[in-house]
Amino acid sequence: MATKAKQASGLHMTKEMYKQQAAKYQIKRNVVLNTWRAFWVGGTICLFGQFLQNIYINVFHFTPKTAGNPTVATLIFLSALLTGLGVYDKIGQYAGAGSAVPVTGFANSIASAAIEHRSEGYVLGVGGNMFKLAGSVIVFGVVAAFVAGLIKTIFRLL
Amino acid sequence: MMDYAIAFLIGGLICVIGQLMLDIGKMTPAHVMSTLVVVGVALDFLGVYDPLIDFAGAGVTVPITSFGHSLYHGAIQEAQQHGVIGVLTGIFEVTSAGISAAIVFGFFASLAFRAKG
Repeated sequence: MATKAKQASGLHMTKEMYKQQAAKYQIKRNVVLNTWRAFWVGGTICLFGQFLQNIYINVFHFTPKTAGNPTVATLIFLSALLTGLGVYDKIGQYAGAGSAVPVTGFANSIASAAIEHRSEGYVLGVGGNMFKLAGSVIVFGVVAAFVAGLIKTIFRLL
Repeated sequence: MMDYAIAFLIGGLICVIGQLMLDIGKMTPAHVMSTLVVVGVALDFLGVYDPLIDFAGAGVTVPITSFGHSLYHGAIQEAQQHGVIGVLTGIFEVTSAGISAAIVFGFFASLAFRAKG
């Protein structure tokens, strides 16, 4: 029977064959549209960051160098709030990397993991899962900074 | 007004790079973010990131690459005062605000909101 033969070949699919089969059912990514969305949403978040930064410099008398920290903290607060309200995930579906790459995306990954796992309790759920996504960013950032910092320091001492 | 335009343009372009890594590189968001952080460290190591901040302001301090820049900066600052051990003690010196804010606000968000769907 034809169907039986098909099933049999399905069982002995190689990885390549599977990829070909699966590719037929994958939604085609519209790279140009996605890129445009990432560009304008990501750009707008940075523009808003610049706006906040200017406020911290002009109103609260931070220097351009020190204004970065309160700016980032404010953006993170807003991102956590928008994540809780369910707005940030909607932006994320539209903008892709446009909302993931800014520091607000980092905060979103922490806040959404915390909210999602709350039902498992505060210690094991919220505390244990908060860094599920953001953890890799911190780990690789810290390790890279450590290695680069060590190289730089040793060369300076030589 | 010029600083807003540049922040929009450069910040947008960094997000475009991230989007291309997602779409064409077929990477997961976690891979993209981790890669960009390491890129931020590398750019700062090469001495490129600070001139970029002078040029683009929030356009390069808001994207996640700046997290790598801050990690490296903290490590180097402490290392200049305390030598090699400073690399370890200083790493979170500058990023403290970002990480603390993310933990605190993330935790409060989980208190205040319930998961949807």
